[in-house]
Amino acid sequence: MSIAAKANTLWEYANPRKFLATSERVLPVFWISSAICLVVGLIWGFFFTPDDYKQGSTVKIIYLHVPSALMAINCWLMMLVTSLVWLVRRHHVSALAARAAAPVGIVMTLIALATGAIWGQPMWGTWWAWDPRLTSFLILFLFYLGYVALWEAIEDSDTAADLTSVLCLVGSVFALLSRYAVNFWNQGLHQGASVMRAAAVTGADTEEKVSNIYFYPLLLCMIGFVLLFIALVLYRTGTEIRARRIKALLARERVSG
Amino acid sequence: MMPDLGKYADAVLWSYAASLALLVALVVLSVLRGRKIRAEMEKVENRMTRNG
Repeated sequence: MSIAAKANTLWEYANPRKFLATSERVLPVFWISSAICLVVGLIWGFFFTPDDYKQGSTVKIIYLHVPSALMAINCWLMMLVTSLVWLVRRHHVSALAARAAAPVGIVMTLIALATGAIWGQPMWGTWWAWDPRLTSFLILFLFYLGYVALWEAIEDSDTAADLTSVLCLVGSVFALLSRYAVNFWNQGLHQGASVMRAAAVTGADTEEKVSNIYFYPLLLCMIGFVLLFIALVLYRTGTEIRARRIKALLARERVSG
Repeated sequence: MMPDLGKYADAVLWSYAASLALLVALVVLSVLRGRKIRAEMEKVENRMTRNG
């Protein structure tokens, strides 16, 4: 199949009926596989990994902190893509997918911030520091709140989709900063990337890296968070599509008297 | 069997409790709202079908 044909197939999912039918079919797979990955990954990490020689048992927080931070950033990037699709192609499903993803992003960011603070207290001696990564993450959290508030504040859904899409473009700067702040400003308490760095995982560089003892259960947790995110966004997008249909039906009913 | 978390037990257990509570709340609230909207849509569709 050519790239153009594949792209055309992808646009079929902009049809709400096609989207709902397909998501209903695949959702059980995502719910079940995410539950399996999370349960196995968290049990493995919590019960069957040793304490770290420097951080003691707090290393077990990594199985929640890293996957949630990963999803907090990638959720916004997914919202960026779907917002761009809305702005360019005007497909309602893409705007509704971005709307559906935002509360998931809020929870992921909140988990990353909370576990980071709880982990930071015994390791750094403080719950919070105005460190580049922590600060950009806090700003990303505020952008998420603003995004949801903007959707709720505007009655006309097309106008809301337009304005929230623009907000999403602006907020993307902070989503990227959250990931690369440590590299841009080589300062602060938060360490640099030590998990999703190919050379660190393969052992090709000598910088600090996560030991494989911790990495394998962590990888499983990260896969579990990704699958849970997909399941939640598919399910919540279906809900948004139905809510939009109710609004349209009620409007039609009012017009017809 | 519960592993010995030493002096950091509070930090680790609070992290897990807070994170899992947030994740469960997110899933439960999403499913409850999804069911409510689905039922509402069926009600409106049925009413419109009846009224022509």
